[in-house]
Amino acid sequence: MDTLNALVLAFISMVIINNLVFTKFLGTCPYLGVSGRIDMAFGMGMAVTFVVTLSGVLTYMINNWILMRFGLEVARYVCFILVIAGAVQLVEMYLRKFFPSLYESFGIFLPLITTNCAILGLCLFLDLWGVDSLILAAVESFGAGIGFTMAICIMAGIRENLQLADVPGCLKGAPITLITAGLLAMAFMGFAGMIR
Amino acid sequence: MANEGEARAGVYKDTLLAGLWRENPVFRLLLGMCPTLAVTAAVKPALTMGCCVIFVLVCSNVIVSLMRHLLKPHLRILMFTLTIATFVTIADLILRAYVPVMSETLGPYVPLIIVNCIIICRAEACASKNGVVVSIIDAVGMGVGFTGTLCVLAGIREVLATGKIFEVAVMPGSFLPWAAMGMPVGAFVTLGLMLGLVNLTSKARR
Repeated sequence: MDTLNALVLAFISMVIINNLVFTKFLGTCPYLGVSGRIDMAFGMGMAVTFVVTLSGVLTYMINNWILMRFGLEVARYVCFILVIAGAVQLVEMYLRKFFPSLYESFGIFLPLITTNCAILGLCLFLDLWGVDSLILAAVESFGAGIGFTMAICIMAGIRENLQLADVPGCLKGAPITLITAGLLAMAFMGFAGMIR
Repeated sequence: MANEGEARAGVYKDTLLAGLWRENPVFRLLLGMCPTLAVTAAVKPALTMGCCVIFVLVCSNVIVSLMRHLLKPHLRILMFTLTIATFVTIADLILRAYVPVMSETLGPYVPLIIVNCIIICRAEACASKNGVVVSIIDAVGMGVGFTGTLCVLAGIREVLATGKIFEVAVMPGSFLPWAAMGMPVGAFVTLGLMLGLVNLTSKARR
């Protein structure tokens, strides 16, 4: 029961309190780039969630069971980025073969995920926080993905409405998006300290 | 011969200036937002981060430029990423050895240079098409442009959040620190306003 409790808490904390976009600034590029429409944002979020869960688990296994055991920490970053690139490739091939319609709807987002800093960032944070069990690593990765999806969907919703708003000329586009993100980050600060 | 030399010097100057302002990675191309926002709570980490980026950018541009004839199109991105990851590892080890405190502050944002879009963008757009010298100049221009932006943003945030810059108090005693500037909110809003200001000035000039 205690383990379950800890896992649920870890999940909620990753989604809301330690949201990667609002507190760690990870994944800001796609966040600013593709959050123009809700359906695209949701597709991107789902793809990221999938890859981040997969690569979070894989890098945890490689880091703890291979690199640390043989004292190869120097090669950590190279290994991580290879794992992520491989995971993205794998997901791409799998989707194209078995779910062509889903593959079509992800489109260009899938290969772009490799350079999404949220994924590598999460793998590094898992290492930094000293997450000590595989299942916790999996839950935290999944939570991070869901948190990213939530952030990007909220932003897309706001931006759809922003198109109708009268924004000062020089703030159109990226600047107003950043300021909106700032206000959202402030809102999410309200959750800080709720757990831990 | 003189003409050719002059033309080449012109190209070099152009490449350098492009990175510094005309194609400034943060303001104009909106690349590398993640470190820009994350490490700019104070000037010192921003400067360290900038130096790391310059180092990695120059080294990876040189290597990519040297192997540009060997690259296979479908393996290109993978080669870039591996080159960058290698140099980031070197930079991380150097930081950890010589400035351990800074390395701790920056934490995972140093390895995150690997996925910094600026570096891969320069490898793709410049180094894989040009010779070594142009690539180095381009890397220095872009890197210094990036560092400059980072320092300006960090300067504004540090002064407003703590009233200090480089840990030296600069604001009058009656100044009330804005704690929010040191938090994520401050990063997003300051960068947004700065981008707006850049848009405004470039529009006025036109």
